[in-house]
Amino acid sequence: MTLHSAKIGQPVSRIDGLAKVTGQARYAAEPHPAGMLYGFIVNSPIARGRIETIRDEAARAVPGVVEIMTHLNRPHSALFEKSYMDGLGVPGSPYRPLHDAEISFNGQPVAVVLAETFEAAREAAMLLEVDYERWPHNADFEASLHQKYMPSKTRSNYVPPKSRGNAAEAYALSPIKIEGRYHLAPEHHNPMEMHATTVIAEDDGTFTVWDKTQGPQAVQAYLTSALSLSKDQVRVRNPYVGGAFGSGLRAQHNVFLAALGAKMLKRSVRITLTRQQMFTHVFRPEAVMNIALGAQPDGTLQSMIVDGVTDTSRFEHNMENLVIWGLINYKCPNATADYKVAPRDTYTSSDMRAPGAATGVNLFEMAVDEMAYACNMDPLAFRLHNYSDIDAMHDMPLTSKALKEAMHEGAERFGWYNRPIAPKSMRDGKELIGWGMATGIWDAMFSPTSARATLIADGRLHIATAASDIGTGTYTILAQTASEAFGIPIEMIDIELGDSTLPECPTEGGSWTAASAGAAVWLACQSLREKLFKTLGKSGNISAWLTAGLSNNTTVLQDGFLQDKDADENLRLSLSEALSLTGQDRLEVEETAKPGLRGTISQMRKARFTHSAVFCEVRVDEELGIVRVTRLVNAVAAGRIMNPKTAASQVRGAMVMATGMALHEESLMDERVGRFMNHNFAEYHIPAHADIPDMDVLFVEEKDREVSPLGVKGVGEIGMCGTAAAIANAIFHATGQRHRSLPITPGN
Amino acid sequence: MTDVSVTSPCRLRINGEPCTIDIPPSVTLLDLLRERLDLTGTKKGCDHGQCGACTVLVNGKRVKSCLILAVSIPDAEVTTIEGLSRDGQMHPMQQAFLDQDAFQCGYCTPGQIMSAVALMEEGHVHTREEIREFMSGNLCRCGAYNGILDAIEQVIAQQQQDRAGEAA
Ligand code: FES
Ligand code: FES
Repeated sequence: MTLHSAKIGQPVSRIDGLAKVTGQARYAAEPHPAGMLYGFIVNSPIARGRIETIRDEAARAVPGVVEIMTHLNRPHSALFEKSYMDGLGVPGSPYRPLHDAEISFNGQPVAVVLAETFEAAREAAMLLEVDYERWPHNADFEASLHQKYMPSKTRSNYVPPKSRGNAAEAYALSPIKIEGRYHLAPEHHNPMEMHATTVIAEDDGTFTVWDKTQGPQAVQAYLTSALSLSKDQVRVRNPYVGGAFGSGLRAQHNVFLAALGAKMLKRSVRITLTRQQMFTHVFRPEAVMNIALGAQPDGTLQSMIVDGVTDTSRFEHNMENLVIWGLINYKCPNATADYKVAPRDTYTSSDMRAPGAATGVNLFEMAVDEMAYACNMDPLAFRLHNYSDIDAMHDMPLTSKALKEAMHEGAERFGWYNRPIAPKSMRDGKELIGWGMATGIWDAMFSPTSARATLIADGRLHIATAASDIGTGTYTILAQTASEAFGIPIEMIDIELGDSTLPECPTEGGSWTAASAGAAVWLACQSLREKLFKTLGKSGNISAWLTAGLSNNTTVLQDGFLQDKDADENLRLSLSEALSLTGQDRLEVEETAKPGLRGTISQMRKARFTHSAVFCEVRVDEELGIVRVTRLVNAVAAGRIMNPKTAASQVRGAMVMATGMALHEESLMDERVGRFMNHNFAEYHIPAHADIPDMDVLFVEEKDREVSPLGVKGVGEIGMCGTAAAIANAIFHATGQRHRSLPITPGN
Repeated sequence: MTDVSVTSPCRLRINGEPCTIDIPPSVTLLDLLRERLDLTGTKKGCDHGQCGACTVLVNGKRVKSCLILAVSIPDAEVTTIEGLSRDGQMHPMQQAFLDQDAFQCGYCTPGQIMSAVALMEEGHVHTREEIREFMSGNLCRCGAYNGILDAIEQVIAQQQQDRAGEAA
């Protein structure tokens, strides 16, 4: 079999797939060092107060229990709050596990049982008795709204809304108006793999930490700082991550506690959260948005007024870019927005897939649908009528925006143009049928990233960067990139990711990895190729070229061989031969990709986004109110698509999650105790096979040389943005009833 | 209180190999596989029978191994994802999952594959709707559902072809 280079843009099957379908891929809870202890976390059942006494006799009596770690006996960890800051940069006082007796959220770890077996640890955890002094708390979002505020220090990625014109006056003067209060329930990420950490206490006193994280280097930095360890004492690995969707952006308490236990006992420790405990940390914040829109009778938008609030904890100020999306995406002379956070006594909310936009775009697009109907216009025509070619909020040109094309291609594929405008005009027996649409928008980000490329003696190419593949296809697209950039078959490439010791790469998230790590690998491979040619030329062994009948000027590196541009295949050198001719046993380069040549300037002069147009069909049982999504089409404009196979999976996956957002997912707060009560998969429903129809994802052509060095925008989040609104809008079209609160369940 | 130090003998055949081990009766089949036998291909997603990540075959039938105490199925034949491929050859279902991009993070995947293999045996594969219904015990948070269906249909099509070939 001849092996050929797999180019960027080809639908290559995942190179990590074999390990995954055979059960060989090892996730965070799966290495098994000798003598490892199991840690089981005991959580606070109260939301605010302090620990009075801990009675651990019964728990300690369980055979196999080695230690029970609490704030009273824990080993030294850093004193200062700032040592517990993580890469996400949420302002405030980060939670410090087992720091002292104070309780600030329900589910807060109060002890960790460390035992020889999982069964013993769990048993002892149930026997631990803790008495609390209870303080009053508030966990009710609505009740917290009157305390809403703007943090004095904002999150580093926060984009403040920018007003234009005079929105209030224009609204008052608009002949057509709509106004509503839109709401999203809190949601939990619930990756299938629960958060887990295995800390391996190595013989030399160092710790190798297998953690479920999206950023091994961020966790490494956090642990060394929070546990006062030296840099070379901790190595963090996450070669396989069983989903995360944002829950692995911050170092979670399990990694801190497992490392604390390992430090205390000088033994290997594993902590795996239970599914119930997965509801004791991060979640997508509950949100409310008041949206008022004004228009002319012909559908020309005159005014947009958005004001939104998301929740945060009492100790940190988590923020989202919630209110800006409509202001950016629509042409409208007058617009204003306001954003605040409201504190309650829970753990701090955090980023979940398309943070800010998943909520803000979907709720805004539901309002846009209402406005289109108020103007008696087709929702797609209404959007085209108010289309903006620029970032209308910053009055800035865009690197590209093929949203119009996406709207047309998506509508065509869906068959949108035959749609009767009037709601409740299609039915099939007992079921009402509705068609809805929405548009989506998400940032196209790029972060400086480094990668190493090494040619080794057997002629294989080794690529390394500290990126994480959380199911995103990163292994595969980086292999394709290397294959094309270096000229070597994908089968001859090894990709190493998920290790804090590798070249620097920012935490995976925000859909920037494909663009950023891709560019770094491209650069590294190009420069390794140059180095190979240069070294061959310099090695004095010019005859090396000649032996193979090659010359420096006409030789190309292709499909893993150095060969003459147009000579036959017999005149060629394999990479291992070429390497041995250089007299070295390896050639290596490391490169850092920064925003492209023109990029540094254009990042300031031009805005950059991914766009989409989503079309949906629902069927609603008229008697029972049960909604089925029966068709979904998503046309995505995301620049260059590196691998249409894995990219389509990414978009579909987000559309599944957005279906959950529209119809199922809701973390229900019991305000009396301040706990999310439906903390399991039976009561927190994530979409199952039967909930999901065949989904059609198409990528529209969008050439963009400015957005990132490879013209890539990233596709991890865009499927979230717009899909939930398209479903909600289809439900209106089916039933004639507006729902402004997600999820839309038969009860509401 | 259960005494976790009292053990009972547990005798099984796992992926064709006999397995005899003394374990506390409270150890689930899932924890036996993952924590005591280092067969970590079978995943834990909830420990409550709600997600399907732990699906294995017991005497050829799919079960959620987190809901079974290992000592309660003496002499049972257990097949896990590690036992599905033979002599380095992937099972057609594994190959189909690869071909159809039927996973992303891969965490639910062993459970989905075991479930799909059993589903074929059960014969609940007449329509896409039927497959959806009978695969709904296996959750996938990455949302690879379309690909999983495509993979199952790929295997069905192969089997039909093989049968047609035999008949001819
Ligand atoms: S772990 Fe067994 S069903 Fe979830
Ligand atoms: S592939 Fe990630 S949960 Fe299914």
